[in-house]
Amino acid sequence: MSDALIHETAEALSRSVASGERSAVEVTLAFLAQIERTAGRLGTYLHKNPEEALAMARAVDERRARGAILGPLAGLPVALKDNLCVRGVPTTCGSRILERYRPPYDAHVVERLRDADAVLIGKTNCDEFAMGSSTENSAYFPTRNPWDLTRVPGGSSGGSAATVAAREAPLALGSDTGGSIRQPAAFCGIVGLKPTYGAVSRYGLVAFASSLDQIGPLARNARDAALLYNAICGQDARDMTSRSEAKPVSLDALERGAGRLRIGVPWELLGEGVDPEIHAALDKALAVFAAEGAKILDVKLPHAGYAIATYYLIAPAEASSNLARYDGVRYGVRAENDDLQTMYAKTRGQGFGREVRRRILLGTYALSAGYYDAYYLRAQRVRTLIRRDFAHALTGADAILLPTTPTPAFRLGEKLDDPLAMYLNDIFSIPASLAGAPALSFPAGFSAGDLPIGLQVVGRPFEEETLLRLARGWELGSDVTAKIPPLLAEADS
Amino acid sequence: MTTRQAPPAGAAQHLERYEQVIGLEVHAQLKTDSKIFCPCSTRFGARPNTQVCPVCLGLPGALPVLNERAVRFAVMTGIAVGGRISERSVFARKNYFYPDLPKGYQISQYDRPLCEGGVIDIRSGSEWKRIGLVRIHLEEDAGKSLHPEGREGVVTTRVDLNRAGVPLIEIVSEPDIRSGAEAYDYLMRLKQILVYLDVCDGNMEEGSLRCDANVSVRLRGETALGTKTEIKNLNSFRNVERAIAFETERQVSLLEGGGRIVQETLLWNADKGTAETMRSKEEAHDYRYFPEPDLLPLDLDPAWIDAIRSELPELPHQVRDRLTLEYGIPEYDAEVLTETRSLAAYYEEVARRSGNPKLSSNWIMVEVNAARNKAGQAIEEFPVRPDRLGDLVAMIASERISGKIGKQIFELMLESLDGPEALVQRHGLMPIDDETALRALAREVIAANPGPVAEVRAGKDRTFAFLVGQAMKQSRGRAHPEKLQAALRRELEALT
Repeated sequence: MSDALIHETAEALSRSVASGERSAVEVTLAFLAQIERTAGRLGTYLHKNPEEALAMARAVDERRARGAILGPLAGLPVALKDNLCVRGVPTTCGSRILERYRPPYDAHVVERLRDADAVLIGKTNCDEFAMGSSTENSAYFPTRNPWDLTRVPGGSSGGSAATVAAREAPLALGSDTGGSIRQPAAFCGIVGLKPTYGAVSRYGLVAFASSLDQIGPLARNARDAALLYNAICGQDARDMTSRSEAKPVSLDALERGAGRLRIGVPWELLGEGVDPEIHAALDKALAVFAAEGAKILDVKLPHAGYAIATYYLIAPAEASSNLARYDGVRYGVRAENDDLQTMYAKTRGQGFGREVRRRILLGTYALSAGYYDAYYLRAQRVRTLIRRDFAHALTGADAILLPTTPTPAFRLGEKLDDPLAMYLNDIFSIPASLAGAPALSFPAGFSAGDLPIGLQVVGRPFEEETLLRLARGWELGSDVTAKIPPLLAEADS
Repeated sequence: MTTRQAPPAGAAQHLERYEQVIGLEVHAQLKTDSKIFCPCSTRFGARPNTQVCPVCLGLPGALPVLNERAVRFAVMTGIAVGGRISERSVFARKNYFYPDLPKGYQISQYDRPLCEGGVIDIRSGSEWKRIGLVRIHLEEDAGKSLHPEGREGVVTTRVDLNRAGVPLIEIVSEPDIRSGAEAYDYLMRLKQILVYLDVCDGNMEEGSLRCDANVSVRLRGETALGTKTEIKNLNSFRNVERAIAFETERQVSLLEGGGRIVQETLLWNADKGTAETMRSKEEAHDYRYFPEPDLLPLDLDPAWIDAIRSELPELPHQVRDRLTLEYGIPEYDAEVLTETRSLAAYYEEVARRSGNPKLSSNWIMVEVNAARNKAGQAIEEFPVRPDRLGDLVAMIASERISGKIGKQIFELMLESLDGPEALVQRHGLMPIDDETALRALAREVIAANPGPVAEVRAGKDRTFAFLVGQAMKQSRGRAHPEKLQAALRRELEALT
């Protein structure tokens, strides 16, 4: 029988630890027990950290015993996607090439979590170097969707989304380059926030595509996502792309819900290929928001149709350069050979999986002499147009509402041999990534087959609060009854 | 790797008909305390891999943070050569694999460098010549690969990343250079500017200044450029000149033999005095430059640039012009004395103290520089400080002592801390200009040299100089030359 406390909100748990009602150790043990129960079947963790997690929890309890004021994440287990560096803890990015790699330093967000008295519970599975939409590209094992073990949890932060959905951790961090927080959040029925580019320091996030990567929270509700976002946001001198405009959000403000917000819907994007059930969920959400006083309007994103083509030039181009450092010379796996070029080729050929190799090749090609102007440079121009589309649409509207994905979670293996179909799954998440805009996916009901449906809101730069208000507004105004993944009921029976 | 054979004898006869076209790419290490993108020390000579961190090791997740001081030094250089400082420049990644390049790319600048244009004035024979600059950009240095030979001749490669991330500026010249001698002068003057600005220590042997040369030849009168080759690994000024001479002769003899120049990159081998093919055009890297997404475009406030401009130290040519104007010394002297900023300062102090600028200049150019060269001392380390030299020059200028005695005093000052006047007294080097004393001296010499005296008296006036020499020797150089001669004449006349 699982401990009831794992179903509580992160906010309530941290309050109970801060007040002394519960100990951090008690909370940590409950989640560790849940990990023991379900993580094996789900494939959520690449590295579990039970001893260190308990040591951190004990330290939090001792600090409280000494009368210290605890941080906002007091005693809360937080799972970390395996592309976030933790000093001395394996960080593989789901890749063979970093199989035995342990970073000598903490990522900025990890420092912030330690400062907030969080408990680092483990490293979650992901698509190799965050490249993928199903977590099937992990070099180790796939992660499964807690709502249906035959389906994918989405990706690339699939482990982080699944572990939160399965109550193995109240909170998790993921990273989002083209939808890697939002899409798995949608597939697993939780909240996932991709902050504005520059809102959270990328220092210590293993780079995939530097101009797109952002770290963000995954949680079961809007307030918990805000709690975690507040702990990690803000400028950091070690990341020159991080910005001083990034500010924590007010949890009280979230209670205003959709209020008088103006919500734009890009109807012309929502044509074919969008599951009717997702359409229905969108209509329902609009009704909820309208009932709370929001104004609904039509917006246009004329260049959003070019987003996937643009993304698959820019992201692989940056990746081809970012992943050059995995050459077997200094760390990670090396395929020994007397000839340097052969050593490089074998190390990278054996160390990287198929999808990573594909993207390195794509990116190398896009940057090559004679092709640069036609591909990379043109893609950058289109990116500017897409950014302008959002800026323009968001002058009349405070937020844009659209689906997170065209369909609910698909089956394992379904798109594995069809990279294009896999890429198209990110059609609604990629435009906001290219624009650098904040975007959030919130759970907006279920399909007839009991699969979670996620909807996405996109806002103006550094207006994460608006997006969290809308997610909270849905929670307050919708009549959807809370469900728990069948896996949990099973495990308890 | 094919070794280029030295050109056959006979190529020299054709050289006259060809013109050399040379452009230089110089990499200068900036004298910042920390690296360009991380706080690690840039100190030279530390134990391998002790000055490294996640950023310069290229560890996963690490990000670059631009060192403002490196930007300042690059801007100073750009202003000093009269270049246009870009208010917005962009860092770019230059992608290639090499074991001492930890990230698999070098952060450099590509299509939007920090500075464009500018000139360096050099000497070409007796004329001044203006060499244009294409650009100056900022970039990071790579590490160092060492290849120690182990047992049974097995070569292992070891990588030292202490140098990885040390800030560099690359200064690219137009192909305006027409000879090895011009290239040498260009480098010397560029180094001089960098050292005056105190942004680079200019040490080619330690690698803080490195040079690649682009060389092509064409028949005189031709305006189109010939096919060029690039020569790398030129680790001294002398080698730059040698390599250019080698490559020019090779290209000329190839053309004269009916061959064609192949565009390629050559590696200079200083021991053999030859260049070897490093890579052909076909093997040339496609560096796949693209804007560095981890760094925002570098935007410089025009007011900040202006502040640097107004605080710029005096440059070599400015000091040179000032010395000729203020002290009235010849341009040649000013040129020698402005070799370094400290030498110029040394000169100015000596000139002021002695009140005789030209004599001060002579003394520094001849005696001081000879003594320094012998001892291998920089002017800062030279034991005779400008106050003592100034006093010495003043004594010579006022004819208190002769130049000859002055040289003796100078030698003594190298070994002592005393001033010239004290040394004159202690070593009994006071000049003899007293009539009575000089005539007594003359009489002694006449008495000791009856043969030569007879010759002089027989009308062989050349022997008179011998007698003067003997008298001078006897006085240990202290006798006043003119007065001594007069005394000798009088005493000789008195013999009759």
